[in-house]
Formats: sequence, structure tokens, C-alpha cells
Amino acid sequence: MIEIRGLHKSFGEQKVLEGVDLQIPKGRTTVILGRSGAGKSVLLKHIIGLIKPDKGKISVDGIDITRLGDKDLNEMRKKFGMLFQEAALFDSMTVGDNVAFPLREHTKLKEEDVRGIVAQRLEQVELPGLEEKMPAELSGGMKRRVGLARAIVLDPEIVLFDEPTTGLDPPMAEAIEDLIMKTQRRRGETFVVITHDIQTAFHIAHTIAMLHEGRIVEEGSPEVFRKSSNPVVQAFLARGEEKEVRG
Amino acid sequence: MWKAINTVGEGVAGYIKEMGRIFLLLLDTVRWSLYPPFRFDLLFQQMERVGVKSVLVVVLTGVFTGMVLALQTFYALKKFGAETMVGVTVALSMTRELGPVLTSIMVTGRAGSAMAAEIGSMRVTEQIDALFAMAVNPVKYLIVPRVLASIVVVPILTIIADFVGIVGGYFVGVIILRINAGVYVANMEKYVKLGDIYNGLIKAAVFGLILSLIGCYKGFTTTGGAEGVGRATTQSVVLAAVIILMADYLLTAVMF
Repeated sequence: MIEIRGLHKSFGEQKVLEGVDLQIPKGRTTVILGRSGAGKSVLLKHIIGLIKPDKGKISVDGIDITRLGDKDLNEMRKKFGMLFQEAALFDSMTVGDNVAFPLREHTKLKEEDVRGIVAQRLEQVELPGLEEKMPAELSGGMKRRVGLARAIVLDPEIVLFDEPTTGLDPPMAEAIEDLIMKTQRRRGETFVVITHDIQTAFHIAHTIAMLHEGRIVEEGSPEVFRKSSNPVVQAFLARGEEKEVRG
Repeated sequence: MWKAINTVGEGVAGYIKEMGRIFLLLLDTVRWSLYPPFRFDLLFQQMERVGVKSVLVVVLTGVFTGMVLALQTFYALKKFGAETMVGVTVALSMTRELGPVLTSIMVTGRAGSAMAAEIGSMRVTEQIDALFAMAVNPVKYLIVPRVLASIVVVPILTIIADFVGIVGGYFVGVIILRINAGVYVANMEKYVKLGDIYNGLIKAAVFGLILSLIGCYKGFTTTGGAEGVGRATTQSVVLAAVIILMADYLLTAVMF
């Protein structure tokens, strides 16, 4: 379980997080929803220790990661996988080497075993046989699938997703969402997804938490969320419906 | 008036802060280079990129510098009837000064800038964050091999530059300007000490550290997308070149 308590973060004068409290249950998909610039990415990067908070704590399975030194934090990160917004694949490496990267860095597996696992993971993300391609040759949706394969290759307990469907056309976005759900169901890991897309949130979430002006203003299952009387949530829902009608 | 003083003051403070951050990165680099596992694969890869691929440009720089030195010193020394000292002057200038400095400046332009551009674009596309997230420390993975490779390879390139520079000087002095070959070489042997060469190589190793550390630092701290990468690359070359020249004076003052 991930527990965030009283998290504050400012960049210069700009206050981004102003006391975030959130519990992220194990083995479920939690979606953190908020408009662009609400500090969702900043929150996500705190969870994996890429950013240190000004105040507050984040415990992962009871350990406060904000107090860990470089080496311990590095160890802790082996529990995590992360899919970045534009996938952040290493553009100097092939798709196969990208997916194999965590295996080669953190395990002593033989090269043939590494290749076997990479092939299997690429199949899971519905991109079999793409090992030799370079990331620059892939579309946005394909990059994210490869990014997902890389994020889950070490069977992490927690997988973080930074805007997994942003910038994709609707069918591709839906395909990525299906893939996220399928992967979560198959392995039962803890998934944390941040998005500004309410469709994505309703599609994949077990729990939705709404981040607004540096705080979590609403939290609950998609059903609870739909019925929320919170005006911020209402405004967001209205925008979502508008988009649905137009789309 | 106050505004001007303020602007200058801010500039100086910013510069000092930046030097402090580069020093902290150096400490981090030393620390991570001591933790196993030692990544010889990455080290050799960087030695190839920084070293082998710079050979041609270093040879060209070295040979023409040696040749022009011979021409210029011949012009000056002829006035004292000391033409046979052309070889000594070329050899001493190359080994003590121009070999290490010009090699480092060329490697800065070729490899230091590439380090800033490559690490900078990794920074702006979140690849550095991805390394952190995959529990791979980017200082260890990206910076340590580049810095170590440069410290090893710049002195080797300097030896090449010294050698071809002296050969270029010989070509101009003996073949074109018709200085007596025996005296030319004998004087060189008599007046150039091994210490001149060693000190030049120590300088080269320090310059290798400077150019790689600044290239990596500028890349690592890049912000602002593609434009930011361009800015970081230019700044890395300018800053490294200036600091190499400053360090050159300090090292010369201390060692000679």
C-alpha cells in the first residue's frame, strides 16, 4: 500500500502540492484525475522518489521513501515500474534492448533467457517480433506499448502511468486502456494512473482521486465519483459529457 | 548605476553557483565510480566514441600546428642565426602547451558537445527520469563512463598530436626550409626532456576531466525542450574551452 500524508511541494513561488493526503490500495488501479497543470505528474514523481517533497511523507509498504538515501531509494525503486508520458524509450537502443534493459541491469539471466522474456512481453503488449525496430520508427501508441512492456518486465509490485492516453486518437487510447486493464487483471499489481481524461478514468479505475489546487478534493469508486456533489468534480464531469457528445 | 552593479553581481553569483554545482557533480561522479559493478563495457564504448572518433581531427590539428610553428619560429630565429633551434621550439611548444590545449579544445568541440546534446535530449524526453525509475543511477550509467573515458583518452590523443606536430615541424624545417636534419634532431633530443612530455599529459588528463564533466553537467541540467538542448550544447563548449584555458595557465604556473 502507498500512503501519502500532508505532501507539500513548491517550485519557486509556485505552490504545486498543498497538503495531498491519499491512500493507494494494493492490487487495484487507482486513477488520479485532474486538469492539466494540476500537479499530477509532480505527485507521481514523488511516489517513485524522483522529486523530494518540501513537507509530508510517502510510505510504500510502511517505509517512508522521503527519508531514504540514494542507495536505499535505488533498491526501493526495483519494486516499481513506470510508463512515462511519451514512453521515454532510450532512442539509442532497439525496442528489444529497451525492454531487456531492466533485466540486463538487475538480473543475471542468460542472454537467451532475456530474449525469451522480451519476446513474451512484447507479445503481451500485442507487438510481437518488433525487437529490432528503433523507437523513432514507432507510432505514439506503439511507443507506449513498448514502454509498458519495459515497465512490467521485472514483474514490479507497483506500476505508475503518466498520462498513458494523452495525444492518442480515441481507438488507440481505448486499446491502451484495455491493455492496462488486462495487464492489471492478469498480474494483480498496484497500478497508479494519472490522467486528465475522464473517459480513461472511468474505463480503467477501481478508485478515482481528484487532484485540484494542490489537494485531493474527492475520492471514491467510479460510481461514487459520478454521483459526487463536489462542484469541481461536477464541472469536470460536465466537460467530459460535452466531449462525449461532440466526439 | 546600481542596476548595472546588480546585474554584474548577479552574473558573478550565478557563475559561482554553477561552479559549485559542477563540483558537486564531480564528487557524485567520484562516489559512483567507486561503487561496483564496474561497467567496463560502457567505459570502452565511450573511449571509442571520445577517442577513436577524434583521431582524424586531432591528427589534422596537430600536423598543421607543427608546420605553422616551424614556419613562424624559423622567421624569428633566422634573425639570430639560430634556425637549428626550430625543432626544439616546435617540440617544446607542442608537448608542453599546444598538444594538450588544442587536442582538448578539439575534443570539446567534437565529443564534449555531443555529451551535452545527448544527455540533454535524454533529460528533456524524460529518459534520465526513466533511468532513475528503473533503479539505474544516471550518474553511474551515463556520466562516470564518459568522464573516465575522457581522462584516459585525451592524453592518448595528445601523444598523437605531439607526435604528428613534431613530424609536421620536421617536414617544414628540414624538407622545405632546408635546415640540417642531423642538427635539427640532435638539438631536439638535447633540449626536450621527458618531463616536458609528462607534464603535458597531466594537463591533458585534467582537461579531459573538465570537458567531459562540463559536457555532462550541461546536458544533465538541460531544461526547455529542443531549444534548451541547443543552448546547453553551445554553453558546454564555450564554458569548457574557457575553463580549459584558465586551468592551463594555473597548471603551467604550478608545474613549470
